[in-house]
Amino acid sequence: MAAAPAAAQPHAPETELRWGGDPEGGSPFVEADPRDPARVVGFEVDVAALLASKLGRRPRFQSVQFMSIDASVKRGDFLIGLSGIEDTPARRATLAVTVPYYEFREVLTVRAADGSRFRALADLRGKRVATLGGTIAYEILLEAQAAHGVAAVSYDDDVHPYSDLALGRIDAVLLDHVLAEKAMRRERGLVTQPGTVAVGYYVGVLDRRNAAVRDRIDGILLEAMRDGTLEGIFRRWGMWNDDQPKLYARVLGSDAPASPDPIGQAPAEGRQDALTAVTRYLPALLRAALITIVLSCLAMALAVALGVVVASGRVYGGPLLRAGLTAYVELTRGTPVLLQLFVLYYGLAEVVRLPAFVAALLGLGLNYAAYESEIYRGALEAVPSGQLEAARVLGLSERQVFTLVRGPQALRLALAPMTNDFVALLKDSSLVSVLTVVELTKQTQIFAANLGSWVVPGALCAALYLAMSLPLARAARRMEAKWKAPTS
Amino acid sequence: MEGAHVMSGLVLDARGITLRRGSQDVLRGVDLRVGRGELVALMGLSGGGKTTFLRAVAGLEAFDAGALSVDGVSLQPGGPPPAAVLKALRRKVGMVFQFHYLFEHMTAMHNVWLAPVHVHGVPRHEAERRATALLDQMGVGARAHALPRELSGGEAQRVAIARALAVDPPLLLMDEPTASLDPARRDELGDTLARLTQSGRTLLAATHDDDFVRDYADRVVVMADGLVVEEGAPAAVLGSPQHPATRQLLSQKERLNRERGRS
Repeated sequence: MAAAPAAAQPHAPETELRWGGDPEGGSPFVEADPRDPARVVGFEVDVAALLASKLGRRPRFQSVQFMSIDASVKRGDFLIGLSGIEDTPARRATLAVTVPYYEFREVLTVRAADGSRFRALADLRGKRVATLGGTIAYEILLEAQAAHGVAAVSYDDDVHPYSDLALGRIDAVLLDHVLAEKAMRRERGLVTQPGTVAVGYYVGVLDRRNAAVRDRIDGILLEAMRDGTLEGIFRRWGMWNDDQPKLYARVLGSDAPASPDPIGQAPAEGRQDALTAVTRYLPALLRAALITIVLSCLAMALAVALGVVVASGRVYGGPLLRAGLTAYVELTRGTPVLLQLFVLYYGLAEVVRLPAFVAALLGLGLNYAAYESEIYRGALEAVPSGQLEAARVLGLSERQVFTLVRGPQALRLALAPMTNDFVALLKDSSLVSVLTVVELTKQTQIFAANLGSWVVPGALCAALYLAMSLPLARAARRMEAKWKAPTS
Repeated sequence: MEGAHVMSGLVLDARGITLRRGSQDVLRGVDLRVGRGELVALMGLSGGGKTTFLRAVAGLEAFDAGALSVDGVSLQPGGPPPAAVLKALRRKVGMVFQFHYLFEHMTAMHNVWLAPVHVHGVPRHEAERRATALLDQMGVGARAHALPRELSGGEAQRVAIARALAVDPPLLLMDEPTASLDPARRDELGDTLARLTQSGRTLLAATHDDDFVRDYADRVVVMADGLVVEEGAPAAVLGSPQHPATRQLLSQKERLNRERGRS
């Protein structure tokens, strides 16, 4: 916190307005300028420029992941977050929130063929309905999960829910009408239902220590509502509609700046409420932990089986097979697992539409198989060749030499690095959240976003990971000790 | 299968064996015959081809020319033997390596019964009973349940001999059997080997140890530069060496002994 640039530099007069947003959110919010990717464009960029000029500063953009904006502004990475950020009770409780400057509607988008079937959330019992994680829409989906039995699916971005909807991986998307309209232009065969599921507002967020700056910014926004500057910005981005003048009238007419009531769960305040929040989220965290452990065990089983095959092929195979397997190992080790997961899930979607869990399992399993195979290859080659010759002279077949002499000794050598890899895999499994699999880390992120704090969810998450990895390490040590003892 | 050779009493009959490794002639026409129940010592300077010859006899390395027959099983030059020949050969030849190469993850006992059970289909209890008897016979019965890394060099070697004998091969090859033994242990080994030959086993041992050869070998064969250069009774060959290689071998030994202050 000490190094927080925005909050902790009271002496030097500020010359910059550092503001944060997620350029992955894309048009019309914030996106890289297609003509000059070093610049960003979008209505939030224009709002930031307006605020900066009225404050007598230069705007400076800071890229940040959407779900991290709240935490980042609290850290002081930037003064204000502007990225289609929704007005929620949790934000009002933990941050300094500006007056709302845009009203949006949460709308339901479905495939055109389902247009008459799925008109509202209540029609989607047992169906997969997606949205962006950490949003009001996700809260609404969680409520609908309880009330109507829909399956809520959380994405990290607002593009893939719609492309997966078009592909048939999910059955509906609930998001801001701004995003829905954008997606309708991009994807074919989708229809957005006219009904409004909920109404929300975009706000800017600042750290509470910067409440004074927030008040000045509120003044600038109110002025811009009065003199039509905001209208100009939203008209330029094709977002102006009849809802906005009504919002502005309400905001300008009230004494309290943020008059419309935000939607969403009331935030947990104080220790007692944190405890309530924990009990409310613990079942979801435990379910997510179960997904983590099941996914990790299956992926490791796949990695071990495939690793043995690859290692054996590299030790015993012909030159062509060896070259092919070496290429597989180097390609897999040399590229990020995140990229591999994206390619498996989204890249191959046109060819084979893998379910998210299967893609996650395959991605992790195939990636770790490369590492396992290297361990086994090293372990196989570490068994002295003299022992192999001794076994051959005794009359053992090559297969028996492998299964009775070489393999068992290699396995003992491989056990410690394998345990290491399993623990690493347990944690790497958090990467599959990019494929909409809600495992432990993802669930914690959602929990933290709703709670407005990382402390309790982070501690719970760490405890659950340790609860999984420590027994594993212990079991491996026991097995090692047992194997050090002689075989009869 | 077992015809003239057995009648003639030859267990090993090697004629004109040559073996090249890359551009190097390791064996250049080795002729060597060993009769049943003989203990033959194979001597020579390092690099003379002793170990390579043993490996060729054991079927671990293919030779390029010549004829090789082990107790009626004939090996042809020019590549690894066919599976059937190799299988027959494995019943005829056992080998004790210089570094023993016991299977590190198995007890001494398990090392010994592994091949009888998995190769020859002997019932496990029967194989274990025989393994126990063999280990007792080698004087390491008390170490039956120890792992190889818990054994001394001499113990490991005797377990390795027991392992080789467990499949009852007529010919036992040994590479530097006394290298890891002190003089007392060396005599124990000599007595053990003498007992084996008395019961009809044939032994061919590559060694540098001329004392051992004098005391226990029936015959000594000296190899140099991939050829047999001298052979005969140990007392005669080592007492009045004819070939320069043999003299060099012995003078080297004397020099070593002088340096150790023993001569």
